[in-house]
Amino acid sequence: MSNHLKNLKLKIWRQSGPTDKGHFEDHIMPEISDEASFLEMLDVLNEGLIGENKLPVVFDHDCREGICGTCSLMINGQAHGPERSTATCQLHMRKFKSGDEIVIEPWRASAFPIIKDLMVDRSAFDRIIESGGFISANTGGAPDANLIPIPKSVADAAMDSAQCIGCGACVAACPNGAANLFTAAKIAHLNLLPQGQAERFKRTEAMVETMDEYFGSCTNHGECEAACPKEISIDVIALMNKDYRKSKFKNRKEISRS
Amino acid sequence: MTITLNSKIPAGSINDKWNTYKEDAKLVAPGNKRKFKVIVVGSGLAGASAAATMAELGYQVDVFTFHDSPRRAHSIAAQGGINAAKNYQGDGDSVHRLFYDTIKGGDFRSREANVHRLAEVSVNIIDQMVAQGVPFAREYGGMLDNRSFGGAQVSRTFYARGQTGQQLLLGAYQQLARQIGLGNVRMFNRTELVDVVTIEGRCAGIVTRDLVNGEVVSHSAHAVVMATGGYGNVFYLSTNAMACNVTAAWRAHRKGAAFANPCYTQIHPTCIPQSDPTQSKLTLMSESLRNDGRVWVPQNPDETRSASQVPEAERDYILERLYPSYGNLAPRDISSRAAKRSVDSGRGVGPLKNGVYLDFSDAINRLGKDVVEERYGNLFQMYERIAGENPYDMPMRIYPATHYTMGGLWVDYELMTNIPGLYAAGEANFSDHGANRLGASALMQGLADGYFVLPYTIGNYLAPMLNKPIPGTDHPAFKEAEMAAQTRYQGYVDIKGTRSPDYFHREVGRIIWDYCGMERTQQGLEKALSELPALYEEFQKDLRVTGDAESMNQTLEKAGRVDDFFQLGMLMCRDALERDESCGGHFRAEYQTEEGEAMRDDEKFAHVAAWEWTGDPTKSIRHKEELNFEAIHLATRSYK
Repeated sequence: MSNHLKNLKLKIWRQSGPTDKGHFEDHIMPEISDEASFLEMLDVLNEGLIGENKLPVVFDHDCREGICGTCSLMINGQAHGPERSTATCQLHMRKFKSGDEIVIEPWRASAFPIIKDLMVDRSAFDRIIESGGFISANTGGAPDANLIPIPKSVADAAMDSAQCIGCGACVAACPNGAANLFTAAKIAHLNLLPQGQAERFKRTEAMVETMDEYFGSCTNHGECEAACPKEISIDVIALMNKDYRKSKFKNRKEISRS
Repeated sequence: MTITLNSKIPAGSINDKWNTYKEDAKLVAPGNKRKFKVIVVGSGLAGASAAATMAELGYQVDVFTFHDSPRRAHSIAAQGGINAAKNYQGDGDSVHRLFYDTIKGGDFRSREANVHRLAEVSVNIIDQMVAQGVPFAREYGGMLDNRSFGGAQVSRTFYARGQTGQQLLLGAYQQLARQIGLGNVRMFNRTELVDVVTIEGRCAGIVTRDLVNGEVVSHSAHAVVMATGGYGNVFYLSTNAMACNVTAAWRAHRKGAAFANPCYTQIHPTCIPQSDPTQSKLTLMSESLRNDGRVWVPQNPDETRSASQVPEAERDYILERLYPSYGNLAPRDISSRAAKRSVDSGRGVGPLKNGVYLDFSDAINRLGKDVVEERYGNLFQMYERIAGENPYDMPMRIYPATHYTMGGLWVDYELMTNIPGLYAAGEANFSDHGANRLGASALMQGLADGYFVLPYTIGNYLAPMLNKPIPGTDHPAFKEAEMAAQTRYQGYVDIKGTRSPDYFHREVGRIIWDYCGMERTQQGLEKALSELPALYEEFQKDLRVTGDAESMNQTLEKAGRVDDFFQLGMLMCRDALERDESCGGHFRAEYQTEEGEAMRDDEKFAHVAAWEWTGDPTKSIRHKEELNFEAIHLATRSYK
């Protein structure tokens, strides 16, 4: 059943470290099964490079099931490549054909500095979550889980945005390098739930402001939604903006009261 | 040093042990907690929840992960759900039933007291995770929904679509992130443990390697928690993430921590079969699919028609036929062997005849496509992306694959290894699942250990150390370990042979899978034990790592991990060889009933095998911890 693709021309970004200028390197992949995943194709390339005593291409990857969010890659200019709602690790070679030229680059965003080759540092995302992407509920003392009924539609909507895998495709796809989809997805997840109400406005303000420290501004291009492997809707950005505006008034009131 | 295994099980009836323990445990006063430093290695469910909870209590916590962020840990990939004895469905569930099902599912090879505690705290986990905002599936009235999993006759599994692990891990990660933001936890990303340091018999800290620049650094602490996951990647192809490895646990083992039951590995029945020789990993399809999917193979080995063309009378619904009372929800080890036998008998399906069908057509007819999509939509999508076939129209093809390892570092009731001050939590320890883990119990155990066990037991160890100095990283033992680690990693670079670490990993995986996989024999294990040392020697002479040890080098990381897999692999085969019985995931072909079911030998093997490192992986020493069953009777496991 499996077919083989022949003679793929790979143009891969190589960069030895954060301060190196970097360059494209050309490789030919003479043959690969269409059942192979995109990253398995790179595995084959790397085995070949080690065979030739060369340095293999460094790239981030882990679960290869599209859930951990570790993999990245701009493939022919698209974050996670040509298949919609699919992370790079789930992209298979059957989406390509023999003789194709494939350009492979790292995420391009100043908030994600390059570590080596195709690997970038996405720790700015962690800073956003650390500033408020949680519900402060210390272990122990939680009430019974069924105490507060949550309408199914609310739980489902929260789940839709909670699905974010934190891969950074939204930032890489955005012409401004904005992280609004990532930030808003977490805010929507927590702000929709009854458990998230106590910190709703404090959370929103803190996360948005941390986001602004690292990332560019959103101008509603919508590229993020198109690139998102979990199909998170940009509606969440509208929700975030609404809560941010409210928070600026609400938090001021609370501060004046204290 | 010789090993003493004291399980420290509290006295009293099984229902009272944990409460008695908590009442008697020594406490550290709130203001004194900040005087203690605890290191947590790993940021999965067990590690993140332990670190966050200990930081909330006031301890100084340092967390290490080799990932770029704690949110990447492989707990994230668990799909189906998490068990808890909430009895929200009113279908007769209870703590005792969850306890009994877990012991029975583990084929009576786990420690009663630990498992009972697990069942007790299971209910708190759900409360805690809901309070933190985990969006579990709900019914229209707003109450939590449940589904069934293998090995249970009640619905006690909580889930968040097919991404329960993701939602729980992100919940724990967010709680950890909060503590990082508050300055209570120092987080070290892209940092791998390369050694454990013991001084005067106690665990004094760890040595790590920064994966970005190769820097080797020591960290001292009052206690160290290993929450470093399982070793399923020893098989090369498994459902584990690519970076999952045994290195941290193995380094602890080499420093004196006993390694228990390494041969207890779980083969998950529902994975997508291998399609290609370049394949780097296998993908799991959640066990929850067996709630509505029916497993079958054609009766005729030469069947050439497509699945839908095979008439009902010519299909063999293997699990429903063999295990009528549990049907398609028979436990994992049993379901896996049934699938293997069908394929071995030539009745496999698919182009390589290496799978069995998991068919949803009845469920689609009964419930409608919408309901099936609601329940399993993302799993169906994932299947289609990988296999290139639409499971709404054609049955899935599935085959067993390595998924989880029940064996791990030996721990006592307090989750402490036999090295004082060194703890192991989650999949990294051996304690709760015996010889086979039930579905939706891994998430439960990870969070139970991290949230509700370790934070209590660690105080009992720390309290007497108050205001006593601990050795700093300038101690010669740390310097020695740093030197050894540097030499080890430079050594891989210096071999300059011809074969990559992946080549050796594939080879070692093939041997382990062939001889220490789903079915084991004395002859096969002996063969593995003669082939592995030879291959290991070749590895040590012919390995090629390009690049250096002072910059980001993924080939070098892999080399260290493969080295440890070799040593572990030899121990696994020895453990399997010495255990002359079949139990759970350990199936020795010589020990089976006429119907092909596992045959235990409770006279000789109702014990934990805990191995002591001697310097030569083929000459480890086997110790025993007898398992005493007081609350339940040993019985032959039957799911018929």
